[in-house]
Amino acid sequence: MSDSPPYEVIIGLEVHTQLATRTKLFCRCSTQYGASPNTQTCPVCLGLPGSLPVMNRKAHQLALKTACALNLEIPNFTKWDRKNYYYPDLPKGYQVSQYDLPMSQDGFLEISDPKGRFKPKKVGITRAHLEEDAGKSMHDEAAGKADSRIDLNRTGTPLLEIVSEPDMRSSLEAKAYLTELRLILVYLGVSDCNMQEGSLRVDANVNLHMMVDGKKIATPIVEIKNMNSFRAVERALEYEAKRQYEVWQETGKTIGDMPKQTRGWDDQAQITRGQREKEESSDYRYFPEPDLAPVVVQPEEIERVKSELGELPQQIRERLEAAYTIPAYDADVIVNQAQSTVTYFETLAQSAGDGKLASNWVQQDVLRILKDRQIEIEQFPISAERLTGLLKAIQGKEIDTTRAKDVFTAMLDSDQTAEQIMAEMGIEKVDDSALENLCRELLEANPKIVEDLKNGVQKAVGALIGQAKKKNPNIDPGELRAKCMELVKGM
Amino acid sequence: MSLIESTATRLLEQLQSGEVTAVELATTFLDRIQAHDAQVGAFLKVTRDSALAKAEDVDRRRKAGEKLGRLAGLPVAVKDLLCTKGEVTTCASRMLENFVPPYDATVIRKLNDADAVILGKTNMDEFAMGGSTENSALGKTRNPWNLEMVPGGSSGGAAACVAADMVPLSIGTDTGGSIRQPAAFCGISGMKPTYGRVSRFGLVAFASSLDQIGPMARSAEDMALLLEAISGHDPQDSTSANEPVPSFTQSVGKPLEKLRIGLVREHFGEGLDTEVNAAVREAVKIFERKGASVVDISLPHSKYAIATYYIIAPSEASSNLARFDGVHYGHRCDEKAVLEQLSEERAVLEAAGDERAIKQMDSALVRMYRQSRAEGFGPEVKRRIMLGTYTLSAGYYDAYYLKALKVRRLIRQDFDDAFKEVDLIVGPTTPTPAFPAGEKSDDPLSMYLGDLYTVGANLAGITGVSIPCGMSLRGLPIGLQMQAPPLEEERLLRAAYMFQQETDWHLRRPDLA
Repeated sequence: MSDSPPYEVIIGLEVHTQLATRTKLFCRCSTQYGASPNTQTCPVCLGLPGSLPVMNRKAHQLALKTACALNLEIPNFTKWDRKNYYYPDLPKGYQVSQYDLPMSQDGFLEISDPKGRFKPKKVGITRAHLEEDAGKSMHDEAAGKADSRIDLNRTGTPLLEIVSEPDMRSSLEAKAYLTELRLILVYLGVSDCNMQEGSLRVDANVNLHMMVDGKKIATPIVEIKNMNSFRAVERALEYEAKRQYEVWQETGKTIGDMPKQTRGWDDQAQITRGQREKEESSDYRYFPEPDLAPVVVQPEEIERVKSELGELPQQIRERLEAAYTIPAYDADVIVNQAQSTVTYFETLAQSAGDGKLASNWVQQDVLRILKDRQIEIEQFPISAERLTGLLKAIQGKEIDTTRAKDVFTAMLDSDQTAEQIMAEMGIEKVDDSALENLCRELLEANPKIVEDLKNGVQKAVGALIGQAKKKNPNIDPGELRAKCMELVKGM
Repeated sequence: MSLIESTATRLLEQLQSGEVTAVELATTFLDRIQAHDAQVGAFLKVTRDSALAKAEDVDRRRKAGEKLGRLAGLPVAVKDLLCTKGEVTTCASRMLENFVPPYDATVIRKLNDADAVILGKTNMDEFAMGGSTENSALGKTRNPWNLEMVPGGSSGGAAACVAADMVPLSIGTDTGGSIRQPAAFCGISGMKPTYGRVSRFGLVAFASSLDQIGPMARSAEDMALLLEAISGHDPQDSTSANEPVPSFTQSVGKPLEKLRIGLVREHFGEGLDTEVNAAVREAVKIFERKGASVVDISLPHSKYAIATYYIIAPSEASSNLARFDGVHYGHRCDEKAVLEQLSEERAVLEAAGDERAIKQMDSALVRMYRQSRAEGFGPEVKRRIMLGTYTLSAGYYDAYYLKALKVRRLIRQDFDDAFKEVDLIVGPTTPTPAFPAGEKSDDPLSMYLGDLYTVGANLAGITGVSIPCGMSLRGLPIGLQMQAPPLEEERLLRAAYMFQQETDWHLRRPDLA
C-alpha cells in the first residue's frame, strides 16, 4: 500500500497480569507455576461449601504500587464484587473481582518511539483492578469424545486487570504501550510478566474510524483474544484493521449495526477467527461480595508507596542520557532490557569513564551474546569489571576495535583479564618510531600510492593498511592512515 | 430432676463433680434420641460412635486430671448446615446428600476444642430456606408439643431436639429468624448473635450478609455457656468482628437495673394473634415489676423489612448456590441419559429441518448443569434462586437490589435511633404459635410474612433472642423476642435470665409418648 490507509485504527488494550505473590488472592495456596494438576488447592479456592475468602494484603500492596506507577488515582475506599457466570473451571460459579469501585482509576502511560515512527503520547488508563483467576480447562479439541479435564491450581491466583482507553492509533503504538507496561511491571517486581506461563495476557479492542462523505463513521468493535506474544498482538491488530475495512466495503455495517464481536487470533494461520457468538449478551449480575470487607486505603499509605516506588524505566532513560551523554536510542535499548542490564551498563560506563563506548559495547556485543546464548545478563560470563579492562585498552590505543572483538570473544570462554588475553595474542601498542618506520617503508615501496595521495585520492591509503597488518598485526589502521598522510605531505 | 430434663449448666456441674460421666450422659441422650426421634424427626444423622468415643476420651482425661475444654462432656447437636470433617453435611438437600466436607467449620472446631460431645446433625429447611422445616428434602420434623404442628424453621430440628430432651444444647443458624422462630414454636431459648460475633467459616452460606450461627438451649444460662464457647474473631472469616468476647456465663446472673424497654408500635398491629399479644404483654409486666420502664417506640421502615429481606437474601443465595452445579461435587445428573436425550432432541429437530432450534440447543455441559440443578434442588430453593437471579439482573438491579440495600440502611438507622431511647426492644417473636404441617406449604408468601418481626435484626446486624413466655390454649409455646444493639448479647442474656428467674415457661416440657 503506497498511501496511508483511508481509515484510522482505534485500539484499546486490556492486560491481565499475574501479581508476584507467593500465595493466592484469598487463601494460602501456592501460586507456583507448573505443579501437578490440583495439588495447590484448598477448600477456599476449590469453592467448597462454607469456605470464605480472606484478602492477601501483599497482592493489594503490589496493585497499589502498580497504580502509583501508572499515575492512577487511588480512592480511599474500594470494594469487591462478584461476577456471576457458569464454567467448569470457575468452581464457585462467580469470580471475585471489582466492578464499580475499582482500587484505581484514571491514569496514563507515556509512550514514545526512539525511531520516531510515532509522536510521543499519553495513553489513558481507565482503571486497574484486582481479581482472582479461574482454573484451566483442557478440552479434547479433536473429537469432543473424551472428558474435559480441569486443573484448579491457578484458581484464585491474583490478577491485576489494566484497562486502557482506546487511545492507540497503530499496532506500533499498541506494541510500545505493552512493552513499556511490561517493563514497568517487571521493574517494580509486581509481576514476572511471563506470557508463556500466562502471567501476562492481552486482549485488544479494535475498530476503524473513517470519514465518508464528510461524516465520521466507525466499524463495529471487535475484541481479539488468544494473542500469545507482543508480536502476535501487532500482527493481529494489523490483520484485523484490514479485515474490518474489507468487511465494511462489502457490507457497509457500522458500529450501531451489530454487537461487539469476539474473535480469536490464530497464530498458525495468521488470521482472526470469529468465536461462537452468544445468542444474548451475557449478564454477569455483578453485586458487592458480602464475604469480604471493603478495603480502606489511607492517604499516608499511598504516599508511602509512592515514595518507595524507586526509579521507573522512563526516569532511568532520562538519567542515563544525561549522566553518560548517550543518545536517547541507546538509553532506550539498555533500559528496555532489564534493571540488571542497566546496572551492568552503569558499572561499565563509570569504571571505563566513557558512556558512549560502554553503551556501544553493551548494545552491540553483550546483548548479541545474550541473544545468541539465550541467557540473562546475570549469566553473562564477562563481568563489567573484566570488560572495563578491554575498554581501557581501547581507550589507551593499545588495541583497535576489530582486534578488541577477538579479545572479547576469547574472554567469553575464559576467566582471564583482557590484558592477559591480549598478551597471549601478542597484542601491544606499536610505538611511534616503529609506526613511522613502517610507514616510510611502505610509502617507499608504493610510489603509485604516494602519487595518488599527493593528487588528493585519500582512499588510496587503504591499500597500505592490508600490507601493514601483514607486517605487524598490532598496527592501528587509523594511526597508520594519519601517519602516512602526514609523511606524504612532507614529501 | 432427671438428667435429660436438666439444664446444661447443671449437667456441667454434675460432670465436673463426678456425679455423672460423659459416657453416661451421652448414652442417656442417645437412648432418648433412639426412643423418640422416630416420632420427632429432629436428626438427619446421629453420630453415636464418634459421640461415645469423644465422651470416653473426656472421661479418661478428666480421670487423669488433664485440662478439659469448657463444655467437657456436654452433648450438643449441630444443624446440618455446618461442615463437619469426614461426616456427611447435607444442608437437607438432595444436592449434597452425599457430600463429605474435608474440613470442619470454625464453630465445630471450637466445640471440639471445648470437648463438647456432638451427638448428630439436625434437620432443617433445605439450605436454611424456609420457616417450617417442611422444605427439607431428607425428612420430616414434627413439633414435640404437637406432632401435627411444624417445629418452625429453618433450624426446626435444632429446636425440636432440645424441646424433646434429646440434647441440652444445640447449634442453629439464623438468616431471617431461623433460630428465634423455631425456638418460639418449640418453647426453647434461642439467640441470633450480632452479625460477626460467631465465625461463619464452614457454615454453608444461604445469604452471607445475614447468616449468623447461634445457640439454642433451655435457658439463658445455657445459651451463655454455648455462646461463650463458639464466639470470637476468626481470621478465616473477614466479616467476623474483631472484638473481645465477654464472659457471658459470669455476667448472665446479674440483674439489669433501670431497664428501658421499647415496644415497637408496628409489631403489635394487624396479623398478631391475640393469645401471642396477651402473653407478650404479660411478659412485659414482669419486667416492669422488676423495675423496667416501658417506652412506646417506632421502627418506621419495618413495614419494608420483609420486602427488603426477600430481595437481599435470594440475591445472595442465587450467587452462593451457583457452586452447586454438579461439576466438582454434589449431585450430578445421569450424564449418559443427558447425552442420549440431547441426541434424540437433535434428531427430531433435524428431521423437522429446524436449523434455528438446533442452534439454540443446550450444549452437553449446559444441559448437565440444568438437569443436575433441576434434580438436586427443591422447589423453595429454586424459587429463591430465580428471585435472586431476577433481582440482580441488568435492568432490575437498581430497582430491586440497590433499592433494597438503601432500605436496609434505613432499617439499621431505625434501630440505632430506637436504641438511643431504650436498652431493649421487646415484642413477639412470631405473629402466631406453631401452625399445622402443610398449612402454608402452597402459600410461600404467607410463610414469608411469618418472618415479620425477626428479619429486622438480620438486616440491621443486631442481636436478638427468643425465650418462651406463654402457652396458647391449644398448648403451643409462645415466644418473646428481645433485641439489643450490636455486640450487646450480654444484655440480652441477662434480661432473659431475669425473666426466667420469675417464670417457669422455659422449664415446661412436652409429653412424648
